[in-house]
Amino acid sequence: MTVLLKRPATRRSVLRGMVGGASVGVALPFLDAFLNEAGTALADTGAPLPVRFGTWYWGLGHTPGHAIQPKTQTSPGITFLEECKGLKPFEKDLNFFGGFNMPLDGRSNYTHFTGWVATRTGSAPSGNNDIPAPTLDLLVADQIAGNTRFKTLDVTAVGIPRENYSARSTNSRAAAEASPERLYARVFGAEFSDPNKADFQPDPQVMVRKSVLSAVREDSKALEKKLGAADRARLDEYYTSIRQLENQLELQLKKPDPNMACVLPPQPPKEGDEQHIKAGLEVDTVIANHKIMSQLLAMAVACNQTKIFNMVFSDNFSHMRRPGQTYTHHLLTHEETWDKELGYQPVAFWFNCRQMDAFGTFIETFKNIREGSGTLLDNVLIFAATETNYARVHSIDGVPIFTAGRAGGRIKTGLHVVGNGDPITRVGLTAMQIMGLPLDNWGTRSLQTSKTISEIVA
Amino acid sequence: MMMPSFFSLRRVLLAAALLGLAACGRTPPSTSGAEPVVRLLTEPQYRQIIADVFGPQVVVGGQFDPMVRTNGLLVVGASKAHVTPAGLEQFDRMARSIAAQVVSEENREVLVPCKPARPDAADEACARRFFEQTGRLLYRHKLSADELKVPVAVATEAAGRLGSFYSGLQAGLAGMLVSPSFLFVVETSEPDPAASGKQRLDAYSKATRLSFFLWGTTPDDALLAAAESGELHDRKGLEAQVDRMVGSPRLESGMRMFFNDMLAFEDLSRLEKDSIIYPAFSAAVAADAREQTLRTIVDLVVTQEGDYRDLFTTRKTFISGPLGRIYRVPVTRPDAGFMPYEFPTDDPRSGLLAQVSFAALYSHPGRSSPTLRGRAIRELLLCQKVPDPPGNVDFSLFNDPNSPHRTARERLTAHATQAACSGCHKLTDPVGLGMEQIDGAGQLRSDESGAPIDPAGTLDGIAFTDIAGLGKAMRENPAVPSCVVNRLYAYGTARPPLKAEKPVLEFFEQQFADSGYRVPALLREIASSDALFAIKAPSVQSASLKTSSGDQS
Repeated sequence: MTVLLKRPATRRSVLRGMVGGASVGVALPFLDAFLNEAGTALADTGAPLPVRFGTWYWGLGHTPGHAIQPKTQTSPGITFLEECKGLKPFEKDLNFFGGFNMPLDGRSNYTHFTGWVATRTGSAPSGNNDIPAPTLDLLVADQIAGNTRFKTLDVTAVGIPRENYSARSTNSRAAAEASPERLYARVFGAEFSDPNKADFQPDPQVMVRKSVLSAVREDSKALEKKLGAADRARLDEYYTSIRQLENQLELQLKKPDPNMACVLPPQPPKEGDEQHIKAGLEVDTVIANHKIMSQLLAMAVACNQTKIFNMVFSDNFSHMRRPGQTYTHHLLTHEETWDKELGYQPVAFWFNCRQMDAFGTFIETFKNIREGSGTLLDNVLIFAATETNYARVHSIDGVPIFTAGRAGGRIKTGLHVVGNGDPITRVGLTAMQIMGLPLDNWGTRSLQTSKTISEIVA
Repeated sequence: MMMPSFFSLRRVLLAAALLGLAACGRTPPSTSGAEPVVRLLTEPQYRQIIADVFGPQVVVGGQFDPMVRTNGLLVVGASKAHVTPAGLEQFDRMARSIAAQVVSEENREVLVPCKPARPDAADEACARRFFEQTGRLLYRHKLSADELKVPVAVATEAAGRLGSFYSGLQAGLAGMLVSPSFLFVVETSEPDPAASGKQRLDAYSKATRLSFFLWGTTPDDALLAAAESGELHDRKGLEAQVDRMVGSPRLESGMRMFFNDMLAFEDLSRLEKDSIIYPAFSAAVAADAREQTLRTIVDLVVTQEGDYRDLFTTRKTFISGPLGRIYRVPVTRPDAGFMPYEFPTDDPRSGLLAQVSFAALYSHPGRSSPTLRGRAIRELLLCQKVPDPPGNVDFSLFNDPNSPHRTARERLTAHATQAACSGCHKLTDPVGLGMEQIDGAGQLRSDESGAPIDPAGTLDGIAFTDIAGLGKAMRENPAVPSCVVNRLYAYGTARPPLKAEKPVLEFFEQQFADSGYRVPALLREIASSDALFAIKAPSVQSASLKTSSGDQS
């Protein structure tokens, strides 16, 4: 048996400060007995540690010239300017993608909407509600999500469930979990089965639920005959959802494999508790809830509850605000006085800095969970993007994107990738290929691309 | 259980008289209709059905997937909505919770029509009776033998496994509540015996359209019975049911749901304001603001059968303790709920636009927004489309450190000097600026940043000097009644009106005008018309509906 981690840690020390505390402890390694010699695969099956995919969203882009120092060609090293200095400690865990364009072929730039839709679906929308194709997280989910309770977990820190930038189409968009309490209850509530508990008894209620769903699915087939093609597609998605829930219950009937990276987090403070933070758009509230929900989400991933996750820090119109200020972050980007000496709008810039700090928090949370011989961050790929390059003028060429994590060693990190005006879909295509999708091209019209960013592929 | 209907003789007589005078000898132009729709229950509909079938004591928790507002209504967007895996998980969670409450010891005496032979074992006969009765209301038709078999079998198996009749019943009911037969309203057509080669909605689908249109809920026993007897395919039978439904107290909850949708009030539940700038605003204020407006509407248009246009000028409303703090009106019994209230004639506030709900919802957390307000008025109340803002706006005027713009009017006047912006801002700002006497939390004010507010403006050529004048301009605007006709028709058919249905809408607009803009009369007219139920044969490959080019037919 190989000792994978020299640094001792007790499970108690991991939990301490997990939620609501100032720092996050270091979790125990994936149980040694279940890992191979190198600590990169499960010993009994030889299967590699699972590689997971997630997205992180922030609204309103960057302040050009004050976020990331531009480069003329792709090379190692990222120069973090004032706005992004919170990411400097994670330079070796990140890639930055700048200079990629978003050709719209004459379609309108629906402000604060076109950017995220094109970046995540590979297609420009034709209206301000149009989501013309599935977002990339769902394409990855269709490929790799299996053997976990949840196909995806969608979380938003702004307290508004509909602020979720994961969708299969215009009319198929899930509500995100918008509070720590709800997220905890869904993942770690009564239906959670601790993989490290010695005893396990299948719950007869779960067996009943599974047979209920099975009966519903069989019975509903008669409905199909009544429907046209478009509505049959809707029913098909319903069946897919039923099957997903059946799979979820099937998993609950089996004893989960031991997993020492998984530590049941404490329950977040509930409404009425002194430490409870009510969901809202005041910036400190968003930051605090984001931190707690990042910890819960990362542990959900470590506990193999999902392989796909989406976190929204701020919405695409960033309605975040500071107490007593009449202007929201979004309004500031358009109406705040321009400081000629600084070269930017100071308060809007302040919000942008907090967003990049929050991304750092998110990365750190994954990095602080030990898994195998490394950390959870080594086994995830996080695609972090926004919808504008410079919100003040709604520019969508040069929308900044980061990736974080090493995807089980499949991606190189520490690179600043220069797009030279290529379609921004190159980043999404490469991310999906790294996650194992058999795609040779992605996107539509001028956003279609078949060019992988080979410089980042390990 | 469904409450017994209550017949309001006064309302029926008045509406019938108005209708008789107005519609003498006239029938709406015909329409070929569109294909039958398949709509997912909206959140308010789901909640209303559970309350109607099982009683308001049954709590519905959980979260619904967002829907896309289409033709101004979520109900129309529901005809395209999908069920995501996360959404289904929520439906399943809600179903189990509801089912557990229904069979609980507190509720089973009332909600389960029989007692099992043994509480610790299956009882197929009793389970069948329960599912026959409940399933008819949940699925909106009498269950076929095959349909009934499923919950009974589930209940039997579960009762055996769990050793409890009621646990079995709970499992069977949870299955029903997560079934697409409950969650999706699937309309069905059949050959029309009166028109060879054509299709018509079957009687259950007609009953369902009627019920969701007028009551926002599942058909009650009498309406289902009318469907089963064939009465709904007969004109007199249909009119008798429409009379009954328009006269029922359920019309009030139905119209609350319609106007809640039309005004996009679903966001009021999470509206937040900056507590330093607006210390009087709270979650309780937001909840009461919604209630105030819906009470005002229902009282005027349903209870009093008033002129719909008076909603924009009425001083009569209802007020609560939390609202009293915002309106700065003394409320003698602040804990007594809502009390009737009339704003005095020297108070500038009159009509819905001056109420906290509308003014605060269409504002920012720390300030008002003439643009958001103007857009909401145009799009929600006048059914006009305001183009989306262009992506290339130059905001440099606002970024000038020496900017002299202190009020919204000054800022927007500067903004509208740009050609790219002026087109849309001409539509929104002269209207929205008329609401500037009301701040972002719905409170009256006379200045902004020390500069006096000028609330003058124009609406489609009618000038006004304050918010009361804006209300009067709205009242006289012909788009106001035509918009509610458009929305009600879309609400009833769960689809946008077709371009070819313009004459149908014009007919209803005329009927509405002839009735003195009485909403119950309009509802009766639409609900009794062939147009509401007109469908064309479903195609194998469902084509997307061809709608009018703009938002307004």
